[in-house]
Amino acid sequence: MVTAWEAAAAVCDPEVPVLTIEDLGVLRGVEVDGRHVTVTITPTYSGCPAVSAIRDDVVLALTRAGYADVDVRLTLSPAWTTDWMSEDGKRKLLAYGIAPPTGRRAVGPIPVQLAVRCPQCGSLDTREVSRFGSTSCKALYACRSCLEPFDHFKVH
Amino acid sequence: MNAGSDTHGHVTVDEVQLSAELAGAGRRAATAEVAEYALWLGDDALILAQQLAGWISRAPELEEDMALGNIALDLLGHARSLLHYAGTFDGRTEDDLAYFRDEPEFRCAWLFAQPNGDFAQTIARQLVASAYLFELYAALAGSADETLAAVAAKAVKEVEYHRDHAVQWTLRLAGGTDESRRRMIRATGDVWPYVDELFRDTPLIDALEGVAVRPSSLRAGFDAVIAAVFAEAELEVPAVPPSAAGGRHGRHFPQLAFLLAEMQVLARRHPGATW
Repeated sequence: MVTAWEAAAAVCDPEVPVLTIEDLGVLRGVEVDGRHVTVTITPTYSGCPAVSAIRDDVVLALTRAGYADVDVRLTLSPAWTTDWMSEDGKRKLLAYGIAPPTGRRAVGPIPVQLAVRCPQCGSLDTREVSRFGSTSCKALYACRSCLEPFDHFKVH
Repeated sequence: MNAGSDTHGHVTVDEVQLSAELAGAGRRAATAEVAEYALWLGDDALILAQQLAGWISRAPELEEDMALGNIALDLLGHARSLLHYAGTFDGRTEDDLAYFRDEPEFRCAWLFAQPNGDFAQTIARQLVASAYLFELYAALAGSADETLAAVAAKAVKEVEYHRDHAVQWTLRLAGGTDESRRRMIRATGDVWPYVDELFRDTPLIDALEGVAVRPSSLRAGFDAVIAAVFAEAELEVPAVPPSAAGGRHGRHFPQLAFLLAEMQVLARRHPGATW
């Protein structure tokens, strides 16, 4: 039997299906108390519409793993950040064609915007097309070298 | 979730359970004063979200459909958390508060109910709104109320991005063509009377020392950001007198009623409907 953490950690994000909720840093905790499992997740952005689907998927995954009594809690604090994304998650994103977050969230008064590497050809000569993309967590970029457009997972 | 609750049941039950957990870190019910304060902030976010959603498919370019839609989504997230928390005081759900109150029961400041107008007017409203909300949430993240602090700590990162969007467009419109500049100047003049209301202290704030943020304490930070943006955009702070203000007391312009009618009609015509 897989552990409750393993079962919950295998759930994928419905909008970026190559990432698990563990890769994303959305999975914050799993507590097992006898037959009862409490899973704590946090949304990426405040309005994230995937939360409801993630919640259902976590219940389903744990039920299939043999845990009958599952409670999924949502927490807003501490606020999610891309600093929690695993290195493995970043590699998966890149292979999927999404440029992973560059560096860590700025803590000082001067944010440094690092160049975003094209996931197709590896060029650093890229430009931001739109600061907002197909989901809250992404921006739209284009590569000046290979001319391909691509999504960038924003540092947040 | 529950066995036996098939067809519509699954969605309903899940939404209720999800809603019950949206309050964030805190699991305590709000007091009357905290609920009223959460309603103020929640209504500001909800009404602005509804307004911005009106641009989807109508923005000047596809990227702006996405930008304004994404900003609206973030704001809707803030509104849901805040209205849910407000409702813990008297047992109302976020949907009860969003769909089954009439305009005198709404507490949004007048700025947020100003019409979208043309794109410059929306950007001017966004500049003021996001610059104000950034200062507000940055301060509220230190609130003694752990739910408000949790909502604010998350919102401030998102609102900072909204502010940047508004600043970029303010610079582009003010420094663009003669026509875009003319419209940007007109738009700031239209919006500025409603700035003052955001920073007025009220007796409720006095009653929530350490929990709520004192609006007047946010003015200096707001003014500094606006001054820097306007200097670069070569705009001047409009010399217009502040409007009378009544949003926090439920006095609103007639346009709020039209906005609410559109937002609420489905929920009211089919109470309890799920899909």
